[in-house]
Order: sequence, then structure tokens, then C-alpha cells
Amino acid sequence: MATQAPVSRAQQKLAATSPAVRLIGIRRTYGDVVAIDRLDLDIAESEFFTLLGPSGSGKTTTLRVIAGFEQPDEGHVELGGVDVTRVPPFERDVNTVFQDYALFPHMSVQDNVEYGLRVKGMSRRERRVKAQEVLERVRLPQVASRKPLQLSGGQRQRVALARAIVNSPSVLLLDEPLGALDLKLRQEMQVFLKALQRDLGITFVYVTHDQEEALTMSDRMAVFNEGQIEQIGSPAEVYEHPQTEFVAGFVGVSNVIERDGRRITVRPEKIHMRADDGGSGEPGVVREVVYVGMVTRYVVDLDSGGELVVIRQNLETSSQQALEDRDKRVRLDWKPEHTYEIGKEG
Amino acid sequence: MAASLDPAEGLTARPGRPLRAARLRLSGFFWRHRWAKGLLLLAPPLLAFGLVYLSSLVALFISAFWTVNPFTTDIEHIWNLGNFRTLIDSSAYRTIALRTIGIASAVTLTDAVLAFPFAYFMARVASARGRTFLFVAVLLPLWSSYLVRVYIWRLILDQDGVLNWMLNKLGLPDQHLAYTNYAVWLIFSYVWLPFMILPVYGALERIPHSFIEASRDLGAGGFATFRRVVLPLALPGVIAGSIFTFSLTLGDYVTPLLAGGASSQFIGNVVYSSVGISNDVPFAAAFATVPLLVMALYLTIARRLGAFEAM
Repeated sequence: MATQAPVSRAQQKLAATSPAVRLIGIRRTYGDVVAIDRLDLDIAESEFFTLLGPSGSGKTTTLRVIAGFEQPDEGHVELGGVDVTRVPPFERDVNTVFQDYALFPHMSVQDNVEYGLRVKGMSRRERRVKAQEVLERVRLPQVASRKPLQLSGGQRQRVALARAIVNSPSVLLLDEPLGALDLKLRQEMQVFLKALQRDLGITFVYVTHDQEEALTMSDRMAVFNEGQIEQIGSPAEVYEHPQTEFVAGFVGVSNVIERDGRRITVRPEKIHMRADDGGSGEPGVVREVVYVGMVTRYVVDLDSGGELVVIRQNLETSSQQALEDRDKRVRLDWKPEHTYEIGKEG
Repeated sequence: MAASLDPAEGLTARPGRPLRAARLRLSGFFWRHRWAKGLLLLAPPLLAFGLVYLSSLVALFISAFWTVNPFTTDIEHIWNLGNFRTLIDSSAYRTIALRTIGIASAVTLTDAVLAFPFAYFMARVASARGRTFLFVAVLLPLWSSYLVRVYIWRLILDQDGVLNWMLNKLGLPDQHLAYTNYAVWLIFSYVWLPFMILPVYGALERIPHSFIEASRDLGAGGFATFRRVVLPLALPGVIAGSIFTFSLTLGDYVTPLLAGGASSQFIGNVVYSSVGISNDVPFAAAFATVPLLVMALYLTIARRLGAFEAM
């Protein structure tokens, strides 16, 4: 880019070892509302990093701070070791896939994809070649001459993706890109995006409120709650070792019970349920049975207080049998290594 | 009550309410026959449009081919092209037509240039309260009579008017705009400005903010974003506004009459005097077809440029 600020040799050296994205003490408020506060985050080179949280938790604001659409009130943003806090979005080496795709309706798909290259002054022929290449990569080589409004939702989503990656950014930001797609397409796109990220080797920062999406796609993820990060870790770490009650509840099912003054959590699929035989384990009553095809979900009221969700695969049981378990007395067992003590809420 | 999917069964079950049954039957008819509903909705405006507007337009066009007996000033229903030949041959009428079109174009251009930043500010910069205030400011002049506004401009521009008084206070020389084509241009630009601001505002307001962010994200600065994204998407609004400003100026005769000079005659003024003074309705009709043709041409060009595609 012609307008890029000169980067010193020392900075370049630093860039080789520094994280792709680094946020230091970010705070952003809207009037009285604190969107994010005291946020520190390092995202490594070539990492698929997910910002997971409910709406209003500050994950999208964080993404917009990285893109440059929002100026933080406090703190610094670094991209590849260079402070870009005051650099406008059009001079940052990042690109965004917007939630509503934001495809320009007056341009063809081809012109949309070429847009970033065109404003940087690349020649028409080079643009054509690159755009065609990227459209093939997202498996849409045949729609180049169409207008965005003539495409299906899934196709638009991939054009938005192509328009961003054609610029070969060092970081790609994705703001709930699959939110508007139906379940099947969403699952296909999850696999596709993950493969694409591995293929391109660029850093993906992915915002979602869907915990399943976060668990399937991420190398690492950060769980957001009320403007702060509750936990950062790999999907397995976050799922199996939730550090707070919020994480336990948001990622997976909130299975928290209090025993002897300790708050412990155990994942529903780790619980073994059997008819009450007076043996070991927690006694309780099945309050609710929800048949969901592959599995059945039981909510059990425990005699010593609290409730637990239990998930059982429908290996041999039919829906009829599963539903007959309602109001039956049961005993729940789990291995001690599958329980985790968590801190008090807050 | 037995579950019934047939609404008619429910009706027969309540024999005491024939009015309701009739109403439901009528609703059912319109629900099944969509075209009937459309016809019913469109009938009154279509009738008015056809009778009042189109028929008078046809009458105008037909009478343009008639002529007036110079002695009796009676209209003679003899088909001829004499009126049109006069229009083409006479350099005075040619000048008047060109002046009308020229000033209408100048007014349109001026309003577009003035309205765009104003509408942009309203749509994308101003706060909700500021926007309401600006709306009132734009619309308030329309509450006063058009004539009053033209007369006020006369008071401003007159030799001993407000403008010269202010210029003198500032130690500047007098202006001599009153009763010139410049005055006509200035006043038209003023009175039609709201008709440009509102459609441009509408178009700008409809552009999602994410489009502008996407453009910036892809490396375009403010100017490139404006030229490649904002302007093309706002163009239908500008064209819609220009249809107002252009056609309103094209058909006007009051402002040139009140604020123009001896050489400020518009097509409308000729039509007015042909009908009112020389009683030559066929010639007036012939001249009135000129703005009609110009507008038709203008709309065709706008359509070709794709101005209506984004609507």
C-alpha cells in the first residue's frame, strides 16, 4: 500500500516473533455502557481464534477494535508487533467478513471481489486473474458476472469471504458469518472455513455466540461475558475445565451443584444413570425427559439439592422407552476425575 | 366444537348472522381472486388518471394540429403542422425554448450540488434531534405561498433591496441581479431545493453503514468510498430529485413573469399569453408539447444510465 507508514528494521524483527494480534488493556464505552473493559488478548500467527459469548458481551466490539472501526478509550492494539491504535481501518492489514456480508449491490460479484485490489491500484488484468482464482477457491467460479442480489444466502456468504481473502490480509476477521445460514449449510461452511484457514495459513479471528461452532472450529477460544474475558484456552480445555460458572453454563450445559461448600461441575455425557438400586452415587428423580433423536436428555432433581442434566445415547432405547423414564427414581454416578471445582460466580 | 378446516361449515353453523357470512364470503372472493383486489384498489386512481390527466393530454396534443382563424379568432378544426413550423422557423421561439431548458438544467445542477452535502449531513452525520430540526427547516418554507416567496426574493434583490443594503454596509458595490435571468435561476434554485434534498436524503439514508465500513476495510479512503459506493447508490435519489426540479422549472411561468426581465420569457409565459391574450390555444398546445418531449427524452436517458435499477 502506498500510504503505509514506514516500518523500521527493529519493528520488522519484532514482527517475526510477536503475536498477529495483541490487545493491551482495551476499554471501550458508549456513554454509560461499558462494552469492554481491561481487555488483554494475544492471538498467535496462523491461529483460528474464536471470540465466544452471548450478545452484548463485547465480542463484536473487540473485533471492531481490531478492524479499526472503533477507537478504544484506553489501551493499545498491535498487529504483528506494530501499534495500530490510531491507524484507520483502510491502512490496516486486516479484512473483515461482515455479518450482513455488506456486498455492494450495484457491482457484479467480480467487481465486489476486485474492489480491494482496485482501490490499491492493481492493474485490470492482474485483478481479473486474482479474483477468478479466489472465486474458484470458494467454489463459485460461475457467478462472477451476477449481482449479489441474484445469489443465495450461502453464495453471498462465500463472495464476502472471497472479497476479504483476495487481499491476502495477515488477519481475517469474521463477524458471525454463518449466522444467517440454515443448520446444514452452516455445518458445511464450518468445515470449509476451517480447511480454508489451514490452507491459507492466515490468522482467523472469529466471532460467534454458537458454542458448538466455537468448539468445532477453533484452535483457541476466548469466552466473553459482560465486557470481559472469562477464560481463554483450547476448545477441550474450555469445555472440560470451565473455570467459572458462566463458562460452564455457556459452553455446554450448566451442570453445577454445591457439595460440602464446594461448587463442582460435571458434563452431562460423563454421568452414568441407572435405576435406583440403593447402591453408590447421588439419588434423585427424573423430572424431565427430552428425546432429541441421537440422544435423550434427562433433567434429574437430586435428593441432596440441585439438579443435573444427563445425556444418554439412544443405543438401544426407543423414544417410547426413554419417555417412560419420567418420574422414576435413579442413581447418578461419575468418575471423580470428570468433576471440576469452579470459583464462585462473578 | 369439531375441528373443521372448511370455513364455510363454520358459517352455516351460525345462521343468525347473515351479514357476517356475506362479509366473509366477500373476503373469501377477494382472497381467491387477487386480480379483483388489485382492480378494486386501482380503479379510483386509474379512473381519475385516465379521465383528468390522460384525456386532457390527448386533447392538448390533438389541438396542437388545429389552427386559429386570424380574423374571427375562432378555432378551425383543420389538420395542419403550421404551429410546429412556426416554432421551428421562428428564432424567438427557439431562443425561448432553449432558455427554458437551459435554466431548468442550471437549476437542477445547482440544487443537486447544494442538496447532496446537506442531505448527507442529515442522513449520516446529524443526531436524531438535529435531523428533526433540519427536516423542519427544509419543509417550513413550503408552508408559505409560492408567490410570497418569489415576492420576497424581489425585495431582497431589488436595486434598493436588502442585499444591496447589506453590501453597502460592508463597503461592497451594488449588485444588479434583479429582473435578469440570474435572478430567475437563483429563485428557482431556492424554491425547488427541498424537492431535491428529500429524495437524496432518502437514498443516502437507505445505504447500510456496513457498506461504508466494508469499503474502508478493503482499503478505500474517504474519497474513494464516496466515489465508488456512496455516490452510485445515492444516484437514483439525485435522479428522482432532478425530475422534480427540472420539470417544475420547465413548466413554470410565475417566477420569470415576476422576477425576470424582458428577456426572461419561458415557454410557460408564451403559452400563457397565447391563451390569455391572443386566444391562440392551438399554438399554446403546440408549444406545450416541447417540455413534454424534453421530459420524455430526459427520463429515457436516466433509464438508460440505470438510474431506476437501484430503486
